[in-house]
Amino acid sequence: MIIATSVTKKFGKLTALDNISATCNKGQTISLIGPNGSGKTTFIKCLLGMVVPDSGFITFNKQNIAHNWQYRSAIGYMPQIGRYPENMTIAQVLDMMKDIRKQSAVQLDEELIHLFKLDGMLHKRMGNLSGGTRQKVSASLAFLFNPDVLILDEPTAGLDPLSTEILKEKIRKEKQAGKLVLITSHILSDLDDIVTEVIYMEEGRLRFHKSLNQLQEDTGEKKLSRAIAQVMGS
Amino acid sequence: MKKIIKYVLLDLLRNRIVIAYTLFLAVISMSVFNLEDNPSKGILSLLNLVLIIVPLVSIVFSTIYVYNASEFIELLVSQPLRRVNIWLSIFTGLAASLCVAFLVGCGVPVLIYAPSDVGIMMTAMGLLITIIFVAIALLASVLTRDKAKGIGVAILLWFYFTLIFDGIVLFLLFQFMDYPMEKPMIVFSCLNPIDLARILILLKLDISALMGATSAIFRDFFGYQWGIVATLLIMTTWAGMPLWWSVRKFNRKDL
Amino acid sequence: MKSLNSHMRKCSLVLSLIVLAMTTYAKTWIVRPAGPLQSLQEAIDNAMPGDTLLVERGVYRQPTIIVNKPLYIKGIGYPVLDGQKKYEIMVIKSSRVVVEGFAIQHSGYSGYNDIAAIRILNSRHVIIRNNKLDDTFFGIYSQHAVSCTISNNTLHSNAVNEITSANGIHCWKSDSMQILNNTITGHRDGIYFEFVTNSLIKNNISTGNVRYGLHFMFSNDDTYMANQFKNNGAGVAVMFSKGVTMLQNLFSENWGGAAYGILLKEISDSRIERNRFVRNTTGIYMEGTNRIHIAQNLFDNNGWALKVQASCNDNTITQNNFQGNSFDVATNGTLVLNTFNNNYWDKYEGYDLNHDGVGDVPYRPVSLYAMIAERNPVTMMLFRSFITGLLDKAEKTIPGFIPENLKDDQPRMKAFKNLSL
Repeated sequence: MIIATSVTKKFGKLTALDNISATCNKGQTISLIGPNGSGKTTFIKCLLGMVVPDSGFITFNKQNIAHNWQYRSAIGYMPQIGRYPENMTIAQVLDMMKDIRKQSAVQLDEELIHLFKLDGMLHKRMGNLSGGTRQKVSASLAFLFNPDVLILDEPTAGLDPLSTEILKEKIRKEKQAGKLVLITSHILSDLDDIVTEVIYMEEGRLRFHKSLNQLQEDTGEKKLSRAIAQVMGS
Repeated sequence: MKKIIKYVLLDLLRNRIVIAYTLFLAVISMSVFNLEDNPSKGILSLLNLVLIIVPLVSIVFSTIYVYNASEFIELLVSQPLRRVNIWLSIFTGLAASLCVAFLVGCGVPVLIYAPSDVGIMMTAMGLLITIIFVAIALLASVLTRDKAKGIGVAILLWFYFTLIFDGIVLFLLFQFMDYPMEKPMIVFSCLNPIDLARILILLKLDISALMGATSAIFRDFFGYQWGIVATLLIMTTWAGMPLWWSVRKFNRKDL
Repeated sequence: MKSLNSHMRKCSLVLSLIVLAMTTYAKTWIVRPAGPLQSLQEAIDNAMPGDTLLVERGVYRQPTIIVNKPLYIKGIGYPVLDGQKKYEIMVIKSSRVVVEGFAIQHSGYSGYNDIAAIRILNSRHVIIRNNKLDDTFFGIYSQHAVSCTISNNTLHSNAVNEITSANGIHCWKSDSMQILNNTITGHRDGIYFEFVTNSLIKNNISTGNVRYGLHFMFSNDDTYMANQFKNNGAGVAVMFSKGVTMLQNLFSENWGGAAYGILLKEISDSRIERNRFVRNTTGIYMEGTNRIHIAQNLFDNNGWALKVQASCNDNTITQNNFQGNSFDVATNGTLVLNTFNNNYWDKYEGYDLNHDGVGDVPYRPVSLYAMIAERNPVTMMLFRSFITGLLDKAEKTIPGFIPENLKDDQPRMKAFKNLSL
């Protein structure tokens, strides 16, 4: 579904992405793992077209995403730090996104809005929200349009355990519905039970891309975090 | 695109600075016309407003707005929207709201107190200058990542267009006094939108003097209908080129 | 008083008797295309002095008509005298001729002869009135004429440049002429005076001529008043004359590098009063001009209201209104020997603490930028820019370039009302 081929991106002297190639398919739940500054977020932004690669290309459903924008209607994106116009209320942000992305055929998925109890605080201004609430808004927006692909950048950071659980449950549900879910996270334990594939990045390079089973087999560890630790140690 | 413009405009309308700018222009215009018994003298006072304050506010406000809207822009870019459309919507929203502010604050008093062709020309030029400097601001802010640096560049550009450029031209005119300078002068004028606007207003305000001071080449260029049309086209280019360039830059910008 | 009155009465009695005698014996000739008398020249030849010739409607094409005896020649319904672009149309060689009511067109054209529609030659008391001239080289040409009246004529030609065109009303070596209520357009000079004295030019409209609306040379003691000179190539030129009185005229829209409301060159002892100068590149340009009284004029919306060259002395500029001009006064000299006093300047920014209507600080009508533009005309393109504004402000604070004694010590706070009319 998403195929990245030799994607390279430099910010000045810093090489953020170095010749990354990866293939992500429908029904997979991929965990993008790596230390801070390893290029996870840059890679995700490349997928979203927010960062333009210096070389290499990315296809989405066999179409090059360069100079393309329609493909993003099939993606729900939850940024690491959700940034919104400060003087808009939650309701206005939701309405605006609905207005902009309105596709008559798609059934809106407002489940998360209810589960996170956002409907009770719709009149609050984005500028006055706590980091956690902002994350809830971001998550709700990502799932709102029932997209085929979900890209979640550090989804559980800043969420309380209860909300984390709600979100995980939601991800699992979407996975079962056959969607491609791409998650970056450094808190590995959160993801253990939903991940099917692991991409490990380090200093802009893709170290490996394996299915969870394969990884468990290779390392002999059941738990994802242990397996990764072993890989990193070796 | 309409929808994005709508949300940019909604955001700008909530912005108190645009309202303050409108009031500021209105207070100045009204007091100028009420203090001077002769409306044509009022027009002269407002000329400086149009040629100095309007470009300053347009360029600085737009630059600051674009930096402050970076979250909003990021949010929009991750959505299924064309980047060109996002950028043009921001441009349209900014230009439209500043134009409305100018029209209400300055244009309406001018058209009430001095509804002559000078007044109409000045209002038109104020609008054009607004649009041009919004475009230049967008370019300045897309070229510089840092907010403080971007605002600095904006103020510098304003200073260059209102004062430094004319100073250099004046210097050159005296350095090369013994040579025919009419043609180069027309080229110089085209290099500065504020000069073009000023000359178009002068054509209505000081036509008698202009027809005498410079020789036939000036009359042949600015004096005729097509010359004015050509000047307006060049001014449109002054809005179009920076905008086009900024769109190109924004299309490839990493957010 | 009484004796004068009775004397006048006797005179008029005698005059009316003479007129009666003339009408009694004078014959009236009718000229019409259908005949029997078809030719105007034939009629003139047949007529006796004092006869009346009535010319009926029609087109008369003939060589030059020579009028060599006192006659009253009147067109009925504007008969057309056509010069077929070959001939001078009418030459008046006799005194006391009246020509009126003709449409005169297509005179000849010559590069070396002054061909006119009507020429008055060495005559007195000729009256040319109510004629319509079209497409003529010179219009009405007076040469060694005295006490002639040219009135209520319309003169129109299609001049494109100075070389292939000639003047509308042209007077040369004449005296006591009356040029009244004529309208002249499309000629080289609307009205041309050379060596003409004691004459009056009044209520004429001279517009759209390629050179001057009025061209005035070596002509002393003349008056021109209540005329309109508008949109002529170079405005009005008054040169090498003295004792000229210019009253209540309108000079407007004379645009160009060498176009002036009035160009004054080598003029002395004259008056320019109650005129209006509106939207000219230069209102009055003065060169070698002495002892001129410029008072109660309106200078409105000109590029330069006054350009005073250094060669001008002892001129007085007083009680004028200067308003809406790009520049009020420009000069090329530093020593100025003319008096500016008690004028209204709309650019005056002074104050009047004692409320006597006169500003308490002098007004300096020359701006630094006017001086700069005088030296380097292309800098006009920077007029009203921020930088030139700064320069003017700097000069006002620390004067350095502006002539020290060029100032109005008693500037009016308010404009004079009803100056011109």
